[in-house]
Amino acid sequence: MSKLYSGAEIVFKCMEDQNVDHIFGYPGGAVLPIYDELQNFKSIKHILVRHEQGAGHAAEGYARSSGKPGVILVTSGPGATNVVTALTDAYMDSIPLVCISGQVPTHLIGTDAFQECDTTGITRPCTKHNWLVKDIKDLAYTIHKAFEVATTGRPGPVLIDIPKDIQFKKTKYKKYKKENKLNGNSHNHFNQNSIDELIDLMSKSAKPIFYTGGGVINSGPKASELLRELVYATGFPITSTLQGLGSFPGDDSQFLGMLGMHGTYEANNAMHDCDLMINIGARFDDRITGAIDEFSPKSKKVHIDIDPSSINKNVNVDLAIVGDVKTVLSSTLKSLKKKKSKFLKSNKQQTSKWWEKIQKWRSVKSLDYIGSEESIKPQYAIERLYELTKDKDAYITTEVGQHQMWAAQHYKFNKPNRWMTSGGLGTMGYGLPAAVGVQIAHPKKLVIDIAGEASVLMTLQEMSTAVQYNLPIKIFILNNQYMGMVRQWQELLHDKNYSESYTAALPDFVKLAEAYNCVGIRAKTPEELDDKIIEMLNTDRPVIFDCMVDKVENCFPMIPSGKPHNQMILGPKDKESNKISGKGKSLV
Amino acid sequence: MPNSKSAYSFSNKKEKLDTHIIVVWVDNETGVLARVVGLFSGRGYNIESLAVAQVDEKLKISRITIVTTGTPQVVNQIKLQLRKLVPVHKVADFKREDKSVIFKEMALFKIVGPNNKLKDAMKACKKYDPVLLDKTKKSNVIQITALRREIDKMSNILKKFGLVSVSRTGAVAMTRGADIFK
Repeated sequence: MSKLYSGAEIVFKCMEDQNVDHIFGYPGGAVLPIYDELQNFKSIKHILVRHEQGAGHAAEGYARSSGKPGVILVTSGPGATNVVTALTDAYMDSIPLVCISGQVPTHLIGTDAFQECDTTGITRPCTKHNWLVKDIKDLAYTIHKAFEVATTGRPGPVLIDIPKDIQFKKTKYKKYKKENKLNGNSHNHFNQNSIDELIDLMSKSAKPIFYTGGGVINSGPKASELLRELVYATGFPITSTLQGLGSFPGDDSQFLGMLGMHGTYEANNAMHDCDLMINIGARFDDRITGAIDEFSPKSKKVHIDIDPSSINKNVNVDLAIVGDVKTVLSSTLKSLKKKKSKFLKSNKQQTSKWWEKIQKWRSVKSLDYIGSEESIKPQYAIERLYELTKDKDAYITTEVGQHQMWAAQHYKFNKPNRWMTSGGLGTMGYGLPAAVGVQIAHPKKLVIDIAGEASVLMTLQEMSTAVQYNLPIKIFILNNQYMGMVRQWQELLHDKNYSESYTAALPDFVKLAEAYNCVGIRAKTPEELDDKIIEMLNTDRPVIFDCMVDKVENCFPMIPSGKPHNQMILGPKDKESNKISGKGKSLV
Repeated sequence: MPNSKSAYSFSNKKEKLDTHIIVVWVDNETGVLARVVGLFSGRGYNIESLAVAQVDEKLKISRITIVTTGTPQVVNQIKLQLRKLVPVHKVADFKREDKSVIFKEMALFKIVGPNNKLKDAMKACKKYDPVLLDKTKKSNVIQITALRREIDKMSNILKKFGLVSVSRTGAVAMTRGADIFK
C-alpha cells in the first residue's frame, strides 16, 4: 500500500512538484498544521512578513521580476482579509499568485467560529478562481489546478481555502505530471488571415504607432525580443503603458515615452493623430484613453491580446487578434519577412512626414521642469538616481502617486521585468513589500523602491522583514510631506482646497531606519544628492533614503480626466502651456 | 456631482438597450451560481430573471438561463466575461426577438372566490392551456406557461377574479428544430 500523507504534507508535496522555492506568509491558528510540516521540506523557504498584505505584494514583486507564480500562505479570518488588497492588485495587473489560506475546521464553517470568515466569498471577485477544499481527496488536484489557472492565459491570482481538519486528514499522493496540452496554444485563436490583414494595414499606413502594454512583459522575455525586432523592422514609433515599460528600450529613438494621463506630449499626440494603432497586450484603460469618445478618432485599431474579453471592452477595434503576444509577434515577423522583406526601406518615405510631426511634438520637451539650486526637484532626484544606477541592471518598484509617475517618466528601462508598479488598482504601500519579493528572487541585484512618504508608511513594517533576511533593498523616498497627487488634484481641480492631504507629524525617517536596524540617509540639497545616492548604493544593507524634495512640485504633462489626448496641460516651463493650463482647468 | 471639475468623465450617451437571453452551462459545484450572479452585479449588468437547475445528473452540469438587458457592447462583454469563469462550459446568447428560439416562463396563480369567479379565471387562461393543480370549494391553483408579457397580462386580468398569490419562474429557453447549441 502506498504511503499516506496528511493534507499539510500534500500542500508541500504539490509545491515541490510545482518547483516553488519561496513562499511568503504569516502563521496563525488555522494554518498551524501546515507550518508544522514546513521544516520537513527543505527546498521550500518561507519568508515571514509582518502583515499579510505585505506577503501578497512581496509575492507580486517576486512573480513580476521572475516570471514565476508568487505563493502566499496565510491563516483564516484576518489573515485572509488582509491579503485581499494584494489579490485585487494582482487581479488588476494580471500577476500570477497562488494564495493558500487556512480555514476553521469543516464542522465549524458557518458557525461564526473564532477567526472564521467567508474567504472564498470575499475573494471571489478578486481572483481568477478560488476553491474551498472540503475533501482531502480533492486537495492535490485542486492545488495543481490552481497553479495552472494562475499561470495560463491572462495570468492572475487564485486562492485555495483549506479547513484545518483537512490539513490533518490523510490520503495518497500521486506525483504530478504536467499536462502538455496547455503549452499556450489553447489561448491562441487567430489565423494567418488576421496576420496578413495586419501586415496589409501596416504597409498602407502613413501614420502608424505601436501601443504596447503589460501583456508583452507577461508573455515572457522572448516577447520583448520579438517586439524589438518588429519595431526595428517596421521603423514605426512606439509608446508604452505604465505596465509595459521595459519591453522596449526606454532610450531608443523610436520610443516616444509613456502615454496616458501623465504620458509625454509626443506619445499622446501621436496616439490622437495616428492612422493605424497597433495595441499589443494593453487594455485601453481609462488612464490611457482619456475621453473615450474623442480617443484617436481617425485611426484603424488593431488589438492583440490573450484575453478575449479585453477586445471591444472599452474601445471598438477594426482587427482583433486573440492570442499570446509572443506567438502573434512571431507569426507577424515571419510573414513580414516572407512578404515584405524590404518593408523598412519602402516604408521610410511613407512615414517620413509622420516622423517630422513627432519630432515637432518632441521638441516641446514635455518632461522638462524648472530646475532649482536650493531645493531638490523630485524629477531631478529620479534623473540622478537613473544616471547613477543605469549600468547596474536595477530592479525598480514604486508606491503610488506623483513619485510613481516621475519614476515612469524619468527612469529609462531597457529590459522587461525590471519595473514593478501597481497600475490597475493603484495600491499605496505596494512598493516596499514588492521590493522584498524582488530581492528574494534576485538576491544579488540592486532593488530600489521609489517611494512617497505617505505611501511608504502604509506598509513600512516590512522593513523588519528586509532586515531579518538581509535583503539590501533601497527605499528611496521622495519626501514632500504631502500626498502629492492628491495635493496636485486639489490645486488644479478643487480650488486649492488642500483637504487632509498634508501629513503633519511625519516620523524622522533616518531615526526610523535606525530603529529597524537598517541604514538611514537624508539628502536635503541638490548639491549633496549625488554623494548621498552613491552612499546608498555602496551600502550592502537595507536603506531608507529620505530625499527632501520641493513640496509643491506638480507632475506634468497631464491630461485632465475626461479630456482627449490632444488637450494636455503642460508644465510651467512651457510659456504657452500656462495659457493652455488656464483654459484646460476651466474645461475639466 | 453636477459641476465637479475633477470628474473622471460623464457618460451622456443614451444607447438602445436590447433584451437578451443568456444560457450558461456550468459545473454544478458549490458557489457556481454566486460566481455567475456576482459577475453580473460586480460589473453592473442587469438580471431581469434567472432560472437554474441541474440538467445532467451524471456529469453534474447545471443550466443557467439569465434574461438581461444591455447595449450590444455590454451583452458582448457579458458573454466574454462568463466564458472566462473556470466552471463555465459554454455560453449561448439569444435575442428575445429571435424566432428560432422558444422562451417560456411558468406561473402559478392562486384564485380565491366563489365558483363562478373560479370558472371565469380558468376561462381567461384558456389560451395558455392552463392546468388546474389544486381545487377546493373556494380556491383554485392554476398553472400556465407562457411568455413574460403574457404572464404579466394574465396577472392583471386575474385580479378581478380573486387572484391572491402569484409565483413565477424565470425564463427558460431552447432552440427550435433538430439542432442543439454547441
